[in-house]
Parts: sequence; C-alpha cells; structure tokens
Amino acid sequence: MTELAGMPTLEAAQGAKDQHMVINMGPQHPATHGVLRLVLEIDGEIIVRIYPEIGYLHTGIEKTCEAKFYQQVIPMTDRVNYLDPLSNNLCYCLAVEKLLGLRAPEKAEWIRVMLTELSRLNSHLIWLGTHAMDIGALTVFLYTFREREDILRLFEAVAGQRMMTSYFRIGGLSMEPPLDFFDRVQAFIRSFPEKIDEYSNLLTGNPIFRNRLKGVGILSAADAIALGVTGPPLRASGVDIDLRRDMPYSGYEKFQFKVPISTDCDCWARYEVRLVEMRESVKIIQQTLDGMPEGPVKADAPKIVLPDREKMKTQMEALIHHFKIVTEGFPVPAGEVYQGIEAGHGQTGYYVVSDGTAKPYRVHMRYPSFATLQALETMCKGRMLADLVAVIGSIDIVLGEIDR
Amino acid sequence: MTETVKEALIGRAAVLEGLPEHPAVKAILAWNPQALTDAKFDRNELTLTIATDAIRAALQTVQAAGYNFFEDMTAVDWFPAAPRFQLSYHILSHAYKERIRLRVMLEGDSPSVDSITPVWPAANFYEREVFDLFGIRFDGHPNLRRIMMPDEWQGHPLRKDYPVEGYR
Repeated sequence: MTELAGMPTLEAAQGAKDQHMVINMGPQHPATHGVLRLVLEIDGEIIVRIYPEIGYLHTGIEKTCEAKFYQQVIPMTDRVNYLDPLSNNLCYCLAVEKLLGLRAPEKAEWIRVMLTELSRLNSHLIWLGTHAMDIGALTVFLYTFREREDILRLFEAVAGQRMMTSYFRIGGLSMEPPLDFFDRVQAFIRSFPEKIDEYSNLLTGNPIFRNRLKGVGILSAADAIALGVTGPPLRASGVDIDLRRDMPYSGYEKFQFKVPISTDCDCWARYEVRLVEMRESVKIIQQTLDGMPEGPVKADAPKIVLPDREKMKTQMEALIHHFKIVTEGFPVPAGEVYQGIEAGHGQTGYYVVSDGTAKPYRVHMRYPSFATLQALETMCKGRMLADLVAVIGSIDIVLGEIDR
Repeated sequence: MTETVKEALIGRAAVLEGLPEHPAVKAILAWNPQALTDAKFDRNELTLTIATDAIRAALQTVQAAGYNFFEDMTAVDWFPAAPRFQLSYHILSHAYKERIRLRVMLEGDSPSVDSITPVWPAANFYEREVFDLFGIRFDGHPNLRRIMMPDEWQGHPLRKDYPVEGYR
C-alpha cells in the first residue's frame, strides 16, 4: 500500500542532508520511560528532526472495551496509565455516570477527590525520581520511591491492589475504606510537605540540575496550545488552565487550591510547577480529611450498583439484581458524552458512545502524553542531543497511555 | 458532573432557538448557515454536525470564535448503517471554559475528509490514529502513516466488521 511506504528511518535518511546523521534512540533506551522509539536526524550534536515511532505497547484496549460490559471496562482503564490509575477510573466512571444521569453520593465524591490527589502525588513522585535520575541525580529516585511506597500501601488498604486499583465504581466506590484509613492518610499528609522540602533541598540549589534544565526545552504558549499540550507543561508555558478549577467535576469546586503557573516555558518551569502542584494536592487532601461527609459511598441505584454482600445473603431482590448485573450488565441510554478531567500528566478525557445496550459502542481515551509527545520536536529542534533526555523527562510521558 | 444537567435540545431548529447566543453557534451561522446540517444539546454537551467538505473551514471559524484548544478527535463506526463513519472533534475554549463537539459523517466506501492539521498541528497524531485504526484518509495530512499497528498490517482494527478475537 502506497500510503504505508517509507519507514521513518528511511524517510529521515532520504530527506537528510549529506552531513546529517540519522540515529535511533529506543525503544529500549532507559531514558525514554518505556518503549518510545525516536529516530533522530542530527547535525553534529544538534538535533535537526525527531520522528517519534510509537505503538510498541499498543494492546487495542479501546477495541477490547467494546466487548465488555460497562462495569468490566474499569479494570482496563487502570492499565492504560499505570502511574495514575485512580484518575483513569474516575474519568471513566464520571463519563458513564453522565450517560446514565447518575451522581455518586457526596462521601464517594470526596473520597474520589482524596484518592485522585494521592494518585497525582504518586504520578509526580515517579516523574521527579526518574527525571532527576535521567539528569544524573540518582539519590532523589530512592527518596521519592520511599514516599511512593507509602501511597501504594494506602491504595492497597482501600482497593486490595497497589497499582491496578479499580476502586471506583459506576455510581460510587466499590466499598467503604477500612476504619483506620483516614488516620493513615492524615499521618502521611502530615509528614509529606517536609519530604517535598527534602527533594527541593537536593535539587533546587543543585548547580548541575539547574544548568541541565534552565533554558532547555523551550515551548511557547502558542506552540503548546497548537500542539495540544496539557497539564503541567502547558501551565509551565504560562497558560492558566486547570480543569479542576475551571470546569469542576466530582465536587472539586468545594476545595480551595492554587493553580501554579510559570512563564519561563522551559524544563525548569515544569519542575517548579509540579513541585508546587504537589504542595497544593496535599492541601486538597487535608480539606477532604477535615470535611469528610457522612453517608453511603454507593448511589441508590439497585439496577446499576452491585448490592452489599450482606443484603445479597438476606434479600431476594438484591440477589436478583446482583445476578442480572453480573450476567447481563445494565443498559445505558443511547448517546455520546465526553468527560475531561485534570489528571497528573494533563487532561485526560473519555469519549463514550452508547447505543442503548449493556456494552459501550465505542470508548475513546484521550490521554495527555499522546499529544504532548508531538511537541517534543518543537522543544528540541536546534538544541543539543544531550538535552533531549532532560526534555523527555520534563514532559513526563507514559508510554502505556500513548499506545493504549 | 458537578453542574446541573440542562434540558436536552435535539435537532437543528431546537438548538438555534434554545441557544441563539452561544458563541460557536453564532460564529457558524455567521460564516455559513448551510454548513450546519444538524445539532443537538444533550447532557450539557453541544454537538454541531457539519457538512463533510466544510469541516476544516468550520474548525477555523470556531477557532476564531474563541474555541482555541483542540482536545481530541476520533471516529465511530456505525456499520452497517449509512453513512458509516462519524468523526468527532472535541474543541475546548480556555476563555469560555466550555467544550463543543463538531462532527462529520462519512460514507463507508473509501472514506476521506480534509485534514485539520493546518488549523491545529495537534491533530497530526490523532488523524494518523484514525487512519490506522479506521482506514479513513485525511487529505493534506503531512505524514499519513500507520501509527499504532505495524506498517505492513492489513485491515483496520477498530472497524466494527473487524473481530475482537480469533482469526480475521
């Protein structure tokens, strides 16, 4: 087929000038955070073109979703972005709830906010550790993974799983969190700001780290918008947009937090923005702990939400509903919705189309890394090859969500 | 879904009557009323159906009207119904804090549509993905190659006549 002709390597080699060299980076390169392959055209040590080659992790999750019941899709969403699983759960559940016209109870919404912010901390901690490690500051990685371990233990306490949580359900949560859970979150939150100071002490004043990031990977606000960049890289380019504040979902309008922005547009600005975001997430979690409402964590919708185990054993109707939901799913009114949320890496969105049956007709996942990767060339063109690793670290891509 | 759900408006006439001051609707009508073939406002989401050959100009129009951020685009295969393919463009406005959906319908036989990469370069990867997984061609795309599947792959996996499992 003619449209398929030309592998990127050949294409780059044919277009390249005589003195340019075409080299391959990845997909097994440790600094590409997964299986990203970049075909680079370089002039000496200066980058001329970048051809990202993706798809090594493509598993056809969107196709698989079409063969599952609505509630069976939730575990698939964890596996798309495995560093920020609860944001994916939240986005999908909100989209289906929008289709159903269902709203989760207030307590469920607050717990969702708390866990999504913990998930954001988890994602930012991995970014910080691996980013610093790519630059050569290995120590920070060990420190951030120490705190990440605490967060994973909290996830394990509520969901029974450390990474693939699947804790949110359509219409609420899968179950109440354990009794001492809020105390454990409080203990973690109390000590966490000091830990951020610790990372900052290691990195912010470090001349090597500063020199590797300052003025590197410049992305203007206009370019960022044109290329679909979202999340911390967009805010580090001076665009003041955060869906949590501007288009609130899941009760985010009840929480007070600042949205950090920077106009420096470089890797350093992205570092600073994410550090402040971590401090703001801590404030949001503190507010959820202080004002946690009482009540159920599942919506009163017996034909959609699975009944409690206890009711199933004592009430005939609950048993019937359980049987029907598990074996036949539940029909969702026909229509199409797009639900966007602000996840750790940027704007995640789920576009769910229903044809009125119990299985989604189409699930499309908009993930921030997919668009952000397109901006890589703009950020690196005309810069040194060694800066590429710093820039890849600073845009914080997850290959699982690029390839899906 | 923090906001309250407003009443649905189904059909072009209902949307024009119910949302006459909506900036995107106004801009499209001022530009070319014939290009707007259908519209609906459902679950607080505005969907404008645009004539297939006018999509690039329509997106330029809404871009000029303040819908400055290309958030997402994808396709839906309505096989065996006709027209078979639906393309959905989700455009966000940083100023209005609002999202609109533009869509076009395409016939199933060698579907093709204008690429919108001249309007938003961000659409590059998205159009390649739709080309790869649905087999829809985008005229004027700078690099229309498969992006997810191997280059030598036959078929388009997200089409409804492509099985989920087993042999093709």
